[in-house]
Amino acid sequence: MSILSVTDLHAGYQRGGAVLRAVDGVSFEMQAGETLAVVGESGCGKSTLGKALLRLVPPSAGQVVFNGIDITRLRGGALRSIRRRMQMIYQDPYGSLNPRQSIGAILTAPLVVHGIGGRAERSRLVHEMLDRVGLPAASFSRYPHEFSGGQRQRIGIARALLLKPDLVVCDEPVSALDLSIQAQILNLLAGLKQERGLSYLFISHDLSVVRYFADRVLVMYLGRIVESADHAALFDHPSHPYTRALIDAAPDPGKRRPPAPIAGELPHAGALPAGCRFHPRCPLATGLCAREEPALRTIAPGQRVACHHADAVPMNTRIKREPAEA
Amino acid sequence: MSAAFLRNKAAVLGLGLLAAIVAMAILAPVLYPDDPLDMVGTPFLWPGQDPSFPLGTDSLGRDVAAGIAHGARVSLLIGLWATVLGLALGVSIGAIGGYFGGWLDDVALRAVELFQTVPPFLLVIVLVAIWEPSIRNITLAIGLVSWPPVMRLTRAEFRSFREKDFVTAARGLGFGHGRIILREILPNALPPIVVTSSVMVATAILMESALSFLGLGDANRVSWGSMIGNGREVLRAAWFLTAVPGAMIVVAVLALNLVSDGLNEALNPRLGRS
Repeated sequence: MSILSVTDLHAGYQRGGAVLRAVDGVSFEMQAGETLAVVGESGCGKSTLGKALLRLVPPSAGQVVFNGIDITRLRGGALRSIRRRMQMIYQDPYGSLNPRQSIGAILTAPLVVHGIGGRAERSRLVHEMLDRVGLPAASFSRYPHEFSGGQRQRIGIARALLLKPDLVVCDEPVSALDLSIQAQILNLLAGLKQERGLSYLFISHDLSVVRYFADRVLVMYLGRIVESADHAALFDHPSHPYTRALIDAAPDPGKRRPPAPIAGELPHAGALPAGCRFHPRCPLATGLCAREEPALRTIAPGQRVACHHADAVPMNTRIKREPAEA
Repeated sequence: MSAAFLRNKAAVLGLGLLAAIVAMAILAPVLYPDDPLDMVGTPFLWPGQDPSFPLGTDSLGRDVAAGIAHGARVSLLIGLWATVLGLALGVSIGAIGGYFGGWLDDVALRAVELFQTVPPFLLVIVLVAIWEPSIRNITLAIGLVSWPPVMRLTRAEFRSFREKDFVTAARGLGFGHGRIILREILPNALPPIVVTSSVMVATAILMESALSFLGLGDANRVSWGSMIGNGREVLRAAWFLTAVPGAMIVVAVLALNLVSDGLNEALNPRLGRS
């Protein structure tokens, strides 16, 4: 059963009259129990997508159906009660906890708001959760500034999971942490998923994390999905030139050469190129690419790509990149 | 925070002075049970001339010391309640405008601009002239003109905090707007507001003094401002009648400013409290 079904979702920001289209016509399905990764460079709209799915950023068009309920137009109490089922883990472990509240207050408030349990029951739930995410019981009366980044992220995870959600959007949950801590947090997330049957929408720019964590991957470029593929397919035979460039750019301990940057810069989302959005940076671009925007099409089972030339490129061929500077 | 405040010598001095003035105001009916407007002695007794009138008497033979003590009650009362009113208006309107944005914010901003186009003291004079000059009306008038800066400050704080991740998280957890405003943002926005409020008390005291000096105050109550106003006519013959209540205003305003500075340093994490 699909837990999340997104159709032609648009979301953006007003910037002095001009509209910045951060998410521009995104459609996908997500199955219950799946870990779906969304990857792309910073500024490609992946965080906005995550927030729009949870109605933290208002969608300007399109539809989000969660557990069979269209949440795009929900308001007031109905929206607040559905929020219990869909939670988010934030990127910045320093900004996502209220500095003036104790950990106990931070974790108890969601239970109070949703009327879960009495005083004793809530305290028991919070202590259980603290224990599960690996924090000492004494954390209850401490304040966020007394904790390290990794510990704070554990608090953020505890807060998201206390309401027993079905879907958790993880917005770069480990990118602000040390490498050694990243593995601990990822393991914690993986364990929690197994215990509770969670579905993760995992937003990341780090392909090595995605490779470890995801079942399926959506590659986003400038507000659109350019490739959607199962984990194995994506890393074995990436089809969109952008996906390949991303994979090539990821540091790989097996190779000795330094990662090469993707040619060119990400265009501003306020001035999108015509045709295929990737064509100014694409090594395969032709006149067609500048004129016509490619639609997502299935090129292999479980793999969809939005590129005019996806078939023309033999699999496993490395595309030409800008030579790395010596 | 309190430790940081107490390490600051100037702030502690301010707090001490303020405590002394408050004590004087509280004890005024005990020390001087009679009406301070009663004529009790020979006019124009200089301070020290008669031990029973340590600060002398004025042109009508009223005890200056009794006036100072009772005047402290009026000044502090007006300072306190005008500030409470200004804070209540400014914080609530600023919080709503800053948090919700949109047309609510526009309405709130236009209201502030309406008030800010008129010099505050002029507006107080007009309001007191329309109403009758009782202590209550003077307090109301001063409170009504003192909310715009608080509103702007609160609005700015709310605008910056509503973009913070922990506020987004609160929305994502299904918290209502009231809870987010009162429990999530307000405690974070409070430090600069607390600092401003001590300056507001000082400003209100000054406004009341100026009003009384102009003879627009409550004629039935002695205040520091009215004492200065009365002493003005005999400034050359008995300058102490102006200087003593004037010094009290200086001390009270100075004390409040010292406390405000101390609070600012103690509450502002960027100035370092390690």
